[in-house]
Amino acid sequence: MKPGAPSRIVVVGASAAGLSVVEGLRREGYTGRLTLIGEEAHLPYDRPPLSKQLLSGAWEADRLQLRASDAIENLNLDVRLGTPAVALDANTAEVVLSDGNRVSYDALVVATGTRARRLRGTEGMGGVHVLRTLEDAFALREELAAKPHLVVVGGGFIGAEAAAVARGLGCEVTLVTDTAQPMGDALGDDLGAMLRAVHIKHGVRVQTGVLVDQVRAADGRATGVSLVDGRTITADTVLVGIGAQPNVEWLAGSGVPVSGGVLCDATLYAGSGVWAAGDVAAWPNPHTGEPVRIEHRTNAAEQGLAVARNVLAGPEHATPFETVPYVWTDQYDLKIQIYGRTRDADEVRIVEGSIADRRLVALYGRHGRVCAAVGVNMTRALRGYRAQVADAAEFDVRSAA
Amino acid sequence: MQISIDFDKCCGAGQCVLAAPEVFDQRDEDGIVLLLDSDPPTEEYENVHQAAAVCPAAAIEVQQ
Repeated sequence: MKPGAPSRIVVVGASAAGLSVVEGLRREGYTGRLTLIGEEAHLPYDRPPLSKQLLSGAWEADRLQLRASDAIENLNLDVRLGTPAVALDANTAEVVLSDGNRVSYDALVVATGTRARRLRGTEGMGGVHVLRTLEDAFALREELAAKPHLVVVGGGFIGAEAAAVARGLGCEVTLVTDTAQPMGDALGDDLGAMLRAVHIKHGVRVQTGVLVDQVRAADGRATGVSLVDGRTITADTVLVGIGAQPNVEWLAGSGVPVSGGVLCDATLYAGSGVWAAGDVAAWPNPHTGEPVRIEHRTNAAEQGLAVARNVLAGPEHATPFETVPYVWTDQYDLKIQIYGRTRDADEVRIVEGSIADRRLVALYGRHGRVCAAVGVNMTRALRGYRAQVADAAEFDVRSAA
Repeated sequence: MQISIDFDKCCGAGQCVLAAPEVFDQRDEDGIVLLLDSDPPTEEYENVHQAAAVCPAAAIEVQQ
């Protein structure tokens, strides 16, 4: 072991990013003490199926476990589940757990992820759900079994996927979003309009361009939502899918720089022996220098591996994290996949297939450069365009894979 | 090295093909993984481990 190399590494957060860090460390040959701390009582499990196969009932919880118990065992970890980190004592280099225990480190990786944002006034209200954890998904699934009228607040990934699943289960569904189209932030107007048409064809009532003011309730249970334009939609069940916020409160007063996530440099280092990975990490966009966070499943795995390498290399020899963001969604018979960042695109061009066929590849451009590629039911073809996103290639009508 | 794939879990992301193009491919029609080489040569081991690590559906299991 190199002099000064860490011999006590603590990873806070036992989901995809945290798992990726500990696996990466062991694969790179780290044999020292390794502690994995998790807020939830579960071994690391996968979240994308929560709003898909688990909600629909196609899968049970065991299918979501990211690694078999013996594979976790073989990593030789000190696993602390169900005991979230509540504070960081930077002076003594210790993580304080909710049970009062303190775990000391010489390198710390923050992988505490995000939690679902809620609508004000809904705490403890019956019939109101978010969808972030296994327990969230089971609670919603249980209610959907009674085929309620479900109002989905928010037209992002979670909202749109849950709306599709709920229709499949025979629920009446209304989707309300402040964007012009469902998933308009991620897809833009043209593909968003296509997705809207598919939801409507499957019987979802889609209300766009309007904010929800509040959830209405009687006797402590939701009865619907009121919209800022004065309308009311009655409902038995409300799913709130309005995004997520980083879990950074436990770092207050520690000196770790926090602003909309843990502020890292290009190597995911936040200083003082602290690194970050996954949803919670904000690191400079290589093009603009602005800090960005990416709440995608693949980013969690990639950053986890990158941080593992960098922790062992040490801050002076760490290498910048580079990625082409990737995310996908499954709704009805559509598989939509996105490479890159579609947000703020000023041009969109369909380069293969067509909206009418619900099979296409679209390139998104910004300032004359390719910034994203989106595929609808064209998985293999889409991969051919990834390099143009990675290279920020010139946006050209003749662009071809 | 033994590679096992849970095809039902595969979400067609193609991350495995990017990591180990000699070992994995995707079906044209739905993007589901195709295992090109179930017993790859040792020089592919690192790539295969990387593919398993980044698979967003945890559909690839590697035993060595």
